[in-house]
Amino acid sequence: MLNYFNPSNTLKVINKLQKFIFALFIAVLILGLFEALVLSPEDYKQSDSVRIMYVHVPAAWISVGIFSVISILSFGILIFKNKNFILISKSLAPSGFVFNIIALVTGSIWGKPTWGTWWAWDARITSMLLLAVFYLMFMLSWKIFEDEKKSIKLSSYIAIFGLINVPIIKFSVDWWSTLHQPSSINVFKETTIHSTMLMPLGIMTAAFALFSILIFLMKYHTELLKIKNKGLDRL
Amino acid sequence: MISEILNMNGYGLYVWSSFMFTLLSFGTLYFVTKIQLNKELRNFEAKFKNLDIDKAEIAKKQEIYRGILSSTSTSKI
Repeated sequence: MLNYFNPSNTLKVINKLQKFIFALFIAVLILGLFEALVLSPEDYKQSDSVRIMYVHVPAAWISVGIFSVISILSFGILIFKNKNFILISKSLAPSGFVFNIIALVTGSIWGKPTWGTWWAWDARITSMLLLAVFYLMFMLSWKIFEDEKKSIKLSSYIAIFGLINVPIIKFSVDWWSTLHQPSSINVFKETTIHSTMLMPLGIMTAAFALFSILIFLMKYHTELLKIKNKGLDRL
Repeated sequence: MISEILNMNGYGLYVWSSFMFTLLSFGTLYFVTKIQLNKELRNFEAKFKNLDIDKAEIAKKQEIYRGILSSTSTSKI
């Protein structure tokens, strides 16, 4: 049983998982795109521009989700000095950042036909922009210092400090008067989005989640190899 | 039918540019990550080949290095 968790087995599992998740991602993405662009109905108010939601919303959800995971892992890094948490955080950040940029850009494109402007300093948009800044600072903290201990500390503090921004993103539409509508999908309250739109949104979210897992596995594999390359130098 | 899908009631430019940007970002991130992974794999293989016989034997005995050496199939994704 313990043998299953040794590092060489981890690499074998990562290799197999990468191929499986890549194939699954392509299949789910094709289905999601067909649902989002062809099968789903237009909105009675926003007409076909509502289809931008199928890329904008999953990207925003996943970027916020990934940052939350990085922040929680950062507590673990500072308290338990767990090296695996460091590798996981480093490997998650690039896909989270790219999803954040996708949410900002597609939101801006959606804003033009809906609100008549590409950009507004609205609470939700500004807090999402701030999240991108936190992502950028987190990733840069690994490049600035040569001393790895300093990088670990700084990146963890950035991620923990950035966690304050996560509830602001979530509740900004309730706390302030913003251009964004209140959330249509709720866990504890009634979901107000119709099932014909909820279905493609769910499929596209699954596709985006699979893509982030794929990138995470590839980055994690790369980080493991970097460590082993250093190990070969020390032999 | 196709022109309807492309036009999207006059919102085609907005909808298609959003989807294109998303897919382009996915493709870029995937290929950049793949290039970095392949570079590290090549580095590892090159370093391993340059090890003298004794060090190579030590490395081969360690499970993790055997795992990496047998994992070059990732580049085929």
